[in-house]
Amino acid sequence: MKTILSRVVLSAAMLVGGSVLAMAADKEVHIYNWSDYIDPTILEDFTKQTGIKVVYDVYDSNEMVETKMLAGGSGYDIVVPTDRNMQRLIQAGVFQPLDKSKIPNLQYAWPEIYKRLETYDPGNQYAVNYMWGTTGIGYNKKLIADRMADAPVNSMDMIFKPEVAAKFADCGIYVLDSADDVMPAALNYLGLPPDSKETADLEKAAALIESVRPYIRKFHSSEFIEALANGDACIAFGFSGDILQARDRAAEAKNGVEIAYSIPKEGALLWMDSMVVPKDAPNADAAFAFINYIQTPQVIAKATDYVNYPNGNLESQKYVNPDILKDTSIYPDPTTLSHLYTTTPNDPKVQRVLTRLWTKVKTGS
Amino acid sequence: MAVTDTQPTPPPGIAAPAALAKRGRLRWLVVAIPYVWMLLLFLVPFFIVVKISFSTTAIALPPYTPVFDLSGGLSGIWDSVKEFTFDNYVFLTEDSLYWRSYLTSLRIAFVSTVLILIVAYPIAYGMARARKEWRPSLLMLVILPFWTSFLIRVYAWIGILKQEGLLNQFLLWLGVIDKPLVIMSTDWAVYIGIVYSYLPFMILPLYAALEKMDETLLEAAADLGCPPIQAFWKITFPLSLPGVVAGCFLVFIPVVGEFVIPDLLGGSNTIMIGRTLWNEFFNNRDWPVASAVAVILLLILVIPIVYFQNQQQKEAEKAR
Repeated sequence: MKTILSRVVLSAAMLVGGSVLAMAADKEVHIYNWSDYIDPTILEDFTKQTGIKVVYDVYDSNEMVETKMLAGGSGYDIVVPTDRNMQRLIQAGVFQPLDKSKIPNLQYAWPEIYKRLETYDPGNQYAVNYMWGTTGIGYNKKLIADRMADAPVNSMDMIFKPEVAAKFADCGIYVLDSADDVMPAALNYLGLPPDSKETADLEKAAALIESVRPYIRKFHSSEFIEALANGDACIAFGFSGDILQARDRAAEAKNGVEIAYSIPKEGALLWMDSMVVPKDAPNADAAFAFINYIQTPQVIAKATDYVNYPNGNLESQKYVNPDILKDTSIYPDPTTLSHLYTTTPNDPKVQRVLTRLWTKVKTGS
Repeated sequence: MAVTDTQPTPPPGIAAPAALAKRGRLRWLVVAIPYVWMLLLFLVPFFIVVKISFSTTAIALPPYTPVFDLSGGLSGIWDSVKEFTFDNYVFLTEDSLYWRSYLTSLRIAFVSTVLILIVAYPIAYGMARARKEWRPSLLMLVILPFWTSFLIRVYAWIGILKQEGLLNQFLLWLGVIDKPLVIMSTDWAVYIGIVYSYLPFMILPLYAALEKMDETLLEAAADLGCPPIQAFWKITFPLSLPGVVAGCFLVFIPVVGEFVIPDLLGGSNTIMIGRTLWNEFFNNRDWPVASAVAVILLLILVIPIVYFQNQQQKEAEKAR
């Protein structure tokens, strides 16, 4: 009796154990996303609701995710590259088409955003927009006012006009270390097409940046958040959400630093970070389940409240914190939105010219 | 070797051949391990890099062509080889960026090595001349920083060197300066970071060389009327030369390819070869040119070192 009982218990235990293992293997989703880019409670809620465990890794540059994808076998189920990098990866055949039957929440997609996304993902086959945003000017209100009472804070003059930039050289101007973001702004400032691939145009843009190079303290893509927040920098040309993050950090630290963000009146780059599923994703179904979950209007609204970026889900605007929705530096008004430009990927030759010019701008040689 | 050892038929009644063969095999194994190590962890990756450096970029996965397709058999491989191109190497000579980054890296590595040697020698000397019971503790203190991640230690320097950092606050408090110094994001910060990070790699071999020196030599010199400073240059320094050479290699070689320190502490205008390589690989997504840059970097380092070692060996033989 005893032996039979123990045998039953044992086999039951093995059965349970085995199925738990099988479940664990099935129910996991590996996500590779930008750093500081999600409200962690969303991941917890997703696991509670679906039983799918989330393994979440982060990166801080598109180059990182692109190189990992090109090397293949990354083991990720969802990655979130930015428009141009995503397009190149789509062309390289890295991703699998979305199974839209598994993502019913796509019905809430914001047509304006998905129309722009189609430039990179023809037919919207592969990508679901997570967040989008602008590249603009973050500034320290007090340091700017001290140096120039009528500073043109809503214009790229702040950085690209030598007489203006010179006034702020001593308090620290930071610029993204990203030719893909800064060169279009320079082209646009010169009245050239921001997406120009002409070497002559690119050279003019580089010359413009070189003319203000002496006043720029550093080209870096993430250090400016910290520098703005603690008063080490007074101007940063960076991503909207990062600058708003600096604003919030400064407010939390109560160090008297007040940061503001403005979308330049000349126009600004609109970029989109979208979720895509690699072809070799080990858990594609779990990936679709996660994408569908995150596109639930209430959930994506919560994500926006956390990261200060607008999302590509129109219905979610009913649930987004009204302060954020009304903030035109986050959700631009329709006129500003129409001034925002997007860019397309460069072929290798243009990319090489661009990278070379960028190195020249940064190093002076 | 092992095979020829066992070839002759042994005299009957002696069990030696089996033992001999065993010993031969063992010796062969011992000799083989480092070679297998070199083959797997250096030569194979190196040849993969060399192979990629002869390819051309493509929007594909992986992002270059041709890729060896073993299913095509030998002729398939030969077809791929015919697609090889030297263009990437030619390209490196056409743009001054590359040789200037190599030169900057070599210059920074040279200056840092000299600085580190100047700082490390007195420390190692002091350690080697300290009382015997102190030496293990002193050695421990040199090794201690390795217990913290390299990255965190470099990050800590940002906190020290930045505008509002500890160093500037301290100097302002002392009244030495009345305006914060700009050290972060300059070459100064890079040198400080490199000297700090690589100091132990110089101290340890120097200490090893100085510690085993026979101190009676110095006594003899003193007895013969040699002043201490002259004795140092005539006896101590020449005897510590192997340590100096080992330390310089240990510092110089990694500093040439250093990426983290200039990236975190340096400004945008410090172009070292590590950064250029990163740009090729990540920004341009040009794996072939990146590979060519890496191959040249390796040659720049390996050729002089092999030459130097050969010279050393020749001298040692001459001395004998």
